[in-house]
Amino acid sequence: MSIYDVIFYLFAILTIGSGYLVVTSKNIVHSAFYLLFTLFGVAGLYVLLAADFIAIVQLMVYVGGILILLLFGVMLTNKVTDVKIRTGTIHIIPAVIGTGLLMGVIVSMMLRTNWKSEPGELPFTTTYGLGRILLTDYVLVFELLAMLLLIALIGAASIARRDNE
Amino acid sequence: MIEQYLPIILVLVVAAVFAAAIVFSSRLFGPQQPSKIKIMPYESGKDPVGSTHERVSIKYYIVAMMFIIFDIEVIYLYPWGVEFRNLYNEYGFFAFWPMLVFLIVLELGFLYIYKKGALKWD
Repeated sequence: MSIYDVIFYLFAILTIGSGYLVVTSKNIVHSAFYLLFTLFGVAGLYVLLAADFIAIVQLMVYVGGILILLLFGVMLTNKVTDVKIRTGTIHIIPAVIGTGLLMGVIVSMMLRTNWKSEPGELPFTTTYGLGRILLTDYVLVFELLAMLLLIALIGAASIARRDNE
Repeated sequence: MIEQYLPIILVLVVAAVFAAAIVFSSRLFGPQQPSKIKIMPYESGKDPVGSTHERVSIKYYIVAMMFIIFDIEVIYLYPWGVEFRNLYNEYGFFAFWPMLVFLIVLELGFLYIYKKGALKWD
């Protein structure tokens, strides 16, 4: 077992263990804090895969953005003095069907993909390459992404301001 | 490759140890004689009026959503920014227009929200 394996299993245990605690914890504030460790573990796995830019994005958007907003959301909608929001299990059968389908798709993708297993040269950093393909090969996808973000923005605005006008 | 991340791990470890030391040393060494006045919420020396956990409507979700979306926008700007000099030497201004279109589309969304009054603080 090399040092890579040790680090991989450490991050994998961190991710899966805290992910389990996220879904089983009854207190929603505790769930949000466990989610921090899940997202951090995923960022560590990205680093191990030499995807440094994705790892930073994971930290910036998920840990620095979404998680903080989640905690603020709990704080603003909930009395802090007594945690009233508790999670419970509802709709077990649809949830099992949905997650089962998703897991089937992911497992079949894992089995069908032709993984490269020969040793290759790891890039020093992926940021330059990402910037290049974003503006050359994937420029259409890049512009479609702007449209997707625009749709999300307008959708959020129309949900938040439904009462006015 | 992984050795390059050693400084980051060191920073994380030092930050965690330092934060824990700060929190627990004050609990360990500080005298604790709480009284009813001492544990009162601090309100600039005055007696607090009402609850400290007032709920404020700041149209939280629209602000949150906009933060996430512009966060993502900045993240796409970064790899383009570091590679721009090489791309400019190869493609000229065609390395510039796609990003301009990207930004204009997103700013249109911002303009829509602004015109719709979703940012009004009521």
